[in-house]
Amino acid sequence: MILVAPVTTPLADLRADFPLLDRSVNGHPLVYLDSAATAQRPNVVLEAEQDFLERRNAAVHRGAHTLAAEATEEFEQAREAVARFVGADVDEIAWQSGATDALNTIAFALGAASLGRGGEAARRFALGPGDELVVTEAEHHANLIPWQELAARTGAALRYVPVDDDGLWTLDALRAVVTERTRLIAFAHVSNVTGFVAPVSEVVALAASVGALTVLDACQSAPHRPLDLHALGVDFAAFSAHKMLGPNGLGVLYGRRELLNALPPARTGGSMITTVTMEGAEFLPAPQRFEAGTQPVSQAVAFGAAVGYLTDAGMAAVHAHEEELAQRLYEGLSGIPGLRLIGPGAGVERAGLVSFDVEGVHAHDAGQYLDDRGIAVRVGHHCAQPLHRRLSLTASVRASVYLYNTADDVDAFLDAAEGIRAYFRV
Amino acid sequence: MSDELQDLYRETIMDHARAPHHFGLREPAAAESHQLNPTCGDEVTVRLHLSPSGDRVESLSWEGHGCAISQASASLLSDLVHDLEPAELTERIGLFRDMMRSRGEIAGDDELLGDAVVLSGASRYLARVKCAMLSWVAVEDALAKLPQAA
Repeated sequence: MILVAPVTTPLADLRADFPLLDRSVNGHPLVYLDSAATAQRPNVVLEAEQDFLERRNAAVHRGAHTLAAEATEEFEQAREAVARFVGADVDEIAWQSGATDALNTIAFALGAASLGRGGEAARRFALGPGDELVVTEAEHHANLIPWQELAARTGAALRYVPVDDDGLWTLDALRAVVTERTRLIAFAHVSNVTGFVAPVSEVVALAASVGALTVLDACQSAPHRPLDLHALGVDFAAFSAHKMLGPNGLGVLYGRRELLNALPPARTGGSMITTVTMEGAEFLPAPQRFEAGTQPVSQAVAFGAAVGYLTDAGMAAVHAHEEELAQRLYEGLSGIPGLRLIGPGAGVERAGLVSFDVEGVHAHDAGQYLDDRGIAVRVGHHCAQPLHRRLSLTASVRASVYLYNTADDVDAFLDAAEGIRAYFRV
Repeated sequence: MSDELQDLYRETIMDHARAPHHFGLREPAAAESHQLNPTCGDEVTVRLHLSPSGDRVESLSWEGHGCAISQASASLLSDLVHDLEPAELTERIGLFRDMMRSRGEIAGDDELLGDAVVLSGASRYLARVKCAMLSWVAVEDALAKLPQAA
């Protein structure tokens, strides 16, 4: 194995805040390298949800009793905390069941506008034959299929930016696809497979030049690097709480205020209306416009605690820590014969994850071998079948880091990864 | 290495995974089935070939790609089918499923399942049961497609 410089970081001692990381698996201390799939939660997040449920739980935005008022206040404070965390205004943050849900909400709202819903204000969103939606070949299925389906519903065409043999796309490739017909560009800020970091500002500028909307899948960026959505200038963004120390079942739809308020709602029901008659309804402005029905209140409160924890840790420090670990991962894996690393090469920016193919060993077998040593990685197509097909793979192994991982975790993984091919005798 | 892992990747399994038996689809086939495991993208296609009289399974040919468990399982199954009546094969698939769902409790009868009993080690790994079952489900599906006369 290649020896790399030891990592020193102010974040190493955060590990004690995460009770799950204490456990052992198959007789080994757990080495959790699957945070890109879901992150573990610190005590403050677990306790915030429990404390809320034990003392202040109530339905929000309805009712006049004390609990309802306290719950509503805390629910909205969580929204404020999340808005601050990603550089948005509070009314630009709508709770959804996850990032997948958020992306579908945008697609269905645009679809409703295409059917004439939302009146004059929404006419500019209407899609039809001759219009084009653009995605990349590297997208997670959650940022691909909603646009395929929107295209199918409206008669618009879906175009995609091809990736190269490393799974990366370029601005030139994007420029070759974007035309005056382009109405929307949807892309991941950070690829969940390759770790590629998209040139967001350039994409936004290109979109603006043809009058297209931009949708940013921020699932792999919001948890791991400082994010300022206003500064980036995207029109919409989506991310999930469970990938950033928060609970499952909660995600965020971000949209620029004037867009959210001009779009028709994707789902309708209680608590998102102003006036309802037997003939129709008028809708509240964002974010309530996109929050029909009972909301995940304790989850939102816990998510507020999660972004508080991340803010205290310092997102710049989190990012720097993960970059060091990613470098260690990349260099270590590069030194192991028979591994094919996917994504950016040496010296190119890469987020805190590395996916690879073990020559002659199926990803599930490699994952099983690693699990036997207490190492948790993701194996499979990572919800990116088109990307894997393009790379002539059905599955790959992905190791991903977060703020609680250490150089020791990476080294334990590298040590085990070195033994995979020998064990399977290839 | 843990004993469980050694039990999962027994020598017989690795041998079959490296050099699978009856690999490559043949003509003519009485029935065919294609199965996909959407979580990992593993795929298998099986074909049943009947005896001249049409009342017994002569052989099975298959193609596919996937993990060592799914590949070995298809290969082991292909060794088992020869000269079985469809009803007998259906019964053995049932026994195999019972073994794979037993979380290591049922060792499997090698009189009926042949070398496929080595896959009992995989039944302890919940995530791997589908890998082992993939080709067996395909054969079950192909059997259901056989003309009733068979």
